[in-house]
Order: sequence, then C-alpha cells, then structure tokens
Amino acid sequence: MGFLGLFQKPAPSLLRLPAGSFTVDRHGAVLTTTLPSHFPPDLVRGMAEIVLSAFRGATEAQLPLSEIVVHYPSLKITARSMRGGALIFLAPKAPYAPVMSSPSSTVYA
Amino acid sequence: MDARHRILLLDDDPDLLDMYREILAQLPSKPLIRTASSGARALAMLEADPYRLLICDLKMPKMDGLQVLSIVRRKFPELRTVALTSVLDEQFRSRAYALGVDLFWNKPGTEQEIQMFLECLESLLGPDAQPGFRGLQSKSLVDIVQLECMSMSSSVLRISNGVFTGRIWIQNGELIDAEAGGLKAEEAFLNILTWKAGHFETLPPDPARPRSIHKSYNALLLESVQALDESRGQTADPQSDPAASSSLARISQVEGIEFLLGLKNGQDQPHVARGLEDPERMAAWARQTLTAFRALGERLWAGPFEELDGLGPQRHVALASQGGMDFCLGWRHSMAAPQVREMTRKVLALWDS
Repeated sequence: MGFLGLFQKPAPSLLRLPAGSFTVDRHGAVLTTTLPSHFPPDLVRGMAEIVLSAFRGATEAQLPLSEIVVHYPSLKITARSMRGGALIFLAPKAPYAPVMSSPSSTVYA
Repeated sequence: MDARHRILLLDDDPDLLDMYREILAQLPSKPLIRTASSGARALAMLEADPYRLLICDLKMPKMDGLQVLSIVRRKFPELRTVALTSVLDEQFRSRAYALGVDLFWNKPGTEQEIQMFLECLESLLGPDAQPGFRGLQSKSLVDIVQLECMSMSSSVLRISNGVFTGRIWIQNGELIDAEAGGLKAEEAFLNILTWKAGHFETLPPDPARPRSIHKSYNALLLESVQALDESRGQTADPQSDPAASSSLARISQVEGIEFLLGLKNGQDQPHVARGLEDPERMAAWARQTLTAFRALGERLWAGPFEELDGLGPQRHVALASQGGMDFCLGWRHSMAAPQVREMTRKVLALWDS
C-alpha cells in the first residue's frame, strides 16, 4: 500500500516568524545572527537592505535616525543603527499572549 | 385572560424544543411557553399574540437566527430576546449583541448551567428596572441628544470615540455644558457631534455644573447638521475643505508634534504638509520606506504594515496610514517610543474624526 503515498499532496508548511536578532554591516552582509537556521537567508538579507535603506534615506532627508521600530500585527522589528550597519531584533507577536520583552527604546532627554 | 408572560422558543430541532420546554417549565413565574420550528412561523406567532421573550437558536435553515433577530428588533422593539446557540464563535456573539439581543447564551450542558440560564431568564421576564431607550446602537449622537432633551432629562452623556472622550451635560432638557479634549462649551459640543462612531453611557446628573451653553439644543443641533452636510461630498483639500482645515488645526495643537505630511496614493505632491521646509524630500523617503516595509510584511506573512516609529537625536518620526492616506508625522525628540506610538494614533483618530 506504500505506493498510495505517491499520490498524496505534500503538506503545506507555514513560515514561522522567528524570534532573535542579527547584525549587518554597511553593505548588508550578515555578521552575526541568533535566528533559527530554517529561516531563509534571502529574507534576512532583504530585511537588512530595507532597514539600511530606511536609515540612509532618513539621513538624506535631514532626519537622522538611530532606531526604527516597525509594527505588523504579528511581528515587531526593532533596528538600531550601528556605524552604517544595523542591529535588528525580530519579536513575533501572538494575540492574547503576554507582552514579550523587547529591547528598551532609546530616550533622548 | 391569563396574566402570565409568554415565551416563544424557536429552534429547528423538535427534540431540543421539547427538552427546552421542559426546562423552561421550571421557571418560578410559570410563563406560557410556545414553540416554533422556523423563523417564518415564529414571526407569524409574534404578530398574532403578545410575547414577553423570544429565545432563538442561531443556526437554522432558510432564515437563520440573526435574520430573525434583526427583523424582531425592528418590528417588536419591546420584545426581549435571547440568542441560544451551540456555535462557539465570538463573532456570532458580537453580531448578536450588535443586533440588540438581551442575552447571548451557549446552550447549557450541565445542571449548574441550566440553573444559571433559568435565573437569567427569570430576571428578563421581570418588570423593567427603569425606563429607557432600547436599540440605541443604531442611533446617531444627534438622535441621542435630541431624545435626552425632548424627554426633559437631567444627565451627563459620556461619549468616547477611540482615544477621545467627551461629556455633555444636560439639565432639565437643556444643554448646559460640554467638554472634549481641550475644547469647552459649544465648540466641544459641535466637535463631539462630528464623531462618526463610538460608545456612550449615561451618567447621573450634575446639577452643580455651571452653565456655559446658552443656545437651545435645537439651534446647536441644526448648526452641527448643517456643518456636516456642507463637509459631505467635498474633497479633502485643506484649502477648500473646512473639515480638513479644522482637523489640521486640531492636530497642530497636539503636544509634541513638529511636522505633518499627508500623502495620497498616486499623487506625487504631498496632499498636506505643515512644518516642513522641504516636504518633497521627506515625502519621497516616506513613500519609499512605506512601500518597502509593506512588501516585507507580505513576504513574511506578518500581516499588513501598521506603523513605523523612527527615533532620532533631533526629532522622531512616525509613518502610518489612516482612511486611505499615508501620514508622516514629526515628533519632539524628548518623547519616548511608546509615547510616539500613542500620540500618532491620537493624531490619526483626530484626522479621521
């Protein structure tokens, strides 16, 4: 009966949003990461490019930023500018779950 | 004539009807219990005889419980209604309450649940604790104020619209004061009436409140309705739209805001720009950043982009959308990130109202 397995559709797999952080240099190369290995590297690089571009564009618009926090319904991205590169934290959000600890934001007095 | 209350029980399952008839027979007030197995039959029975209470199943063929309840609410506003279901879905619960049901109850399964259910039903069969209006969820604020004033009531209406809260003081059917945010008296009253949706509650009267509104409620309601009519159907161009100008004026008074940029899809020029020397450059950055993070959200299946807060040594910035428009807001650099997020939401709600 094993051949019946040939006709089975592969079970769809959902991309789990990871919790962790990674650092990138000014060229977008990933230097260190605590993200799980199953998370696609091209997504990590794509995220880094978008974050670095946002920091650079803000500086060009006379609005230098040192931290960017992006909110999605199921994910919070916190990015800190580091000498042209960035340290990026990913924190998945679950509805009705207790608030996850995230890096404290910079406060300018 | 029998003075006992009548209960109509509606369910498409005859076995359940029999069972609930037996359960309801335990009610201390011994009401008359009638049953119907379809929505059409139940409506015909309600037309024919006066009933105090309708207990209605939600999942039924042809006409479902929500349909029956919406018809009943319009045709028999005094009838008390209970939605009884085995469908454990919060969406149905909120929809049923939005239709004005008095009670939403999952079909009881244990002796204790049955006892609690019977106690609730008995209280619904009792006399009204105090007179009041029913089905107010479908009324506008103008209707509510008019009803309070016409009935010569004395009360305080507390109205909330998102993060905003306003109060209207009514004394012996006369509007005497109002406040909303930093606004007072007539200005506050007219501002509250521009809110499109929200919640309200009636608080006890406050006879010590000094009177600051001296116009009649009719005159003020007329003014507000005229203002709403004039703003309807116009574009959001702040130069020609008094509503948009008024929103901008209110937003510019928000504590900590340094600039505001409003961007419409498909338009190169910023729709609204205040407090910026070079709005074009900022608009270009905002558009590019929003597009990139929206696309990232789709790639990650993280849901639609909600907001970006950027913190900087000179000023902070927030990117968010509201009512089909993208906003870039500049904030004072001394504000903390949660404050930026909270104030951004407040500004968006102000714009929307």
